[in-house]
Amino acid sequence: MASTILLDIGFMAMLVVVAFAIVRLRSLFAIVMLQGVYSLVSAAWFVSLDAVDVAFTEAAVGAGVSTVLMLAAMLLADRESRPVPLGRQIGPLLIVVFAGLAMFYAIGDMPAYGDAHSPANSYVGNDYLDRTAEEIHIPNVVTAVLASYRGYDTFGEAVVVFAAGLGVLLLLGLNGNAGRWRAKPNGVRISKQAAPAARKRPLPADAPQPAPAPAAASPTRRTKKPTAKTKKGGSS
Amino acid sequence: MTPHVILRIISKFLIPLIALFAFYVQFHGDFGPGGGFQAGVILAASVILYALIFGLDAAKKAIPPSWVRIGMSLGVLLYGGTGVVTWMLGGEFLNYSVLIDGYPAKGQHYGIIAVELGVLLAVASVMLAIFYAFGSRQPDLSDEDW
Repeated sequence: MASTILLDIGFMAMLVVVAFAIVRLRSLFAIVMLQGVYSLVSAAWFVSLDAVDVAFTEAAVGAGVSTVLMLAAMLLADRESRPVPLGRQIGPLLIVVFAGLAMFYAIGDMPAYGDAHSPANSYVGNDYLDRTAEEIHIPNVVTAVLASYRGYDTFGEAVVVFAAGLGVLLLLGLNGNAGRWRAKPNGVRISKQAAPAARKRPLPADAPQPAPAPAAASPTRRTKKPTAKTKKGGSS
Repeated sequence: MTPHVILRIISKFLIPLIALFAFYVQFHGDFGPGGGFQAGVILAASVILYALIFGLDAAKKAIPPSWVRIGMSLGVLLYGGTGVVTWMLGGEFLNYSVLIDGYPAKGQHYGIIAVELGVLLAVASVMLAIFYAFGSRQPDLSDEDW
């Protein structure tokens, strides 16, 4: 038992160190990588707390996918962050200190670590544990709670994820060609794999030529009046 | 793009295993830790790794953006559709017990599998969609640009 506590404290100490490193660093690439490290350490900590499902998610989402997504977003921005003048750091510092103190004040109301009578370990939680075996017949209570007892919540989460994807799709497009990237310079509608900014400047001579449309792939339509209803996503 | 031979060989070996592990996490979610969300993210990660090593265009050829678009709607539809089916069978929305007449526990099994499949589809597709969307906006970088 004591060794687990030591492990927990060690993980938390590592998290603090990584957090300070993230705050101090200026290179955004290093910061993104350290965020991945932070997630991985958190995942290890969750394992030591016996929250395997949460650890799993943290490792896959936090350390895996979100690092890549942050990297992709970072590449569109600067590589270095500019230092913030001291005068503008005071306000945020006050807010952080205030929020931190409020949290310390709230600690008194929290149940002790591993308390068998904490709200999470009584009431409905026990109910799930007792009834899953006879009602659903699956050993993993977490799955039973997520998918069945709290199916509405998970449905909501799926819809939220869907909405996030939809938002990104509408704003950027799957091929980076949403919105103005499908504009028609020189009367030619551009609907290509990459955004114009991503390609080496399109040749002006490219425009008036009859496009050698390769069958179905990338339909560079040159009709005088394109229909008002533009199909989303463009070239398949 | 001949450099990174070691990375390419190793990842070629690893990517199928990662995808396989995603399906293990998916279908073993009833017995061990895991489920649709984690499996979806891992599945998306295998494709993203492919895209990082072999380029975005190759990944788009393997998993076309149109699949991604369909997959993310299909996932939510599958989840919601399960609820509608239970509704039609006389139960409440998402009450899987009515799925199989007389065997509520079995119905719960099937319902959970269907729902988790929906979550898998939705999550994997959305992660890929976000990656495609951001990844398509910049040119391929040479190693010195980092």
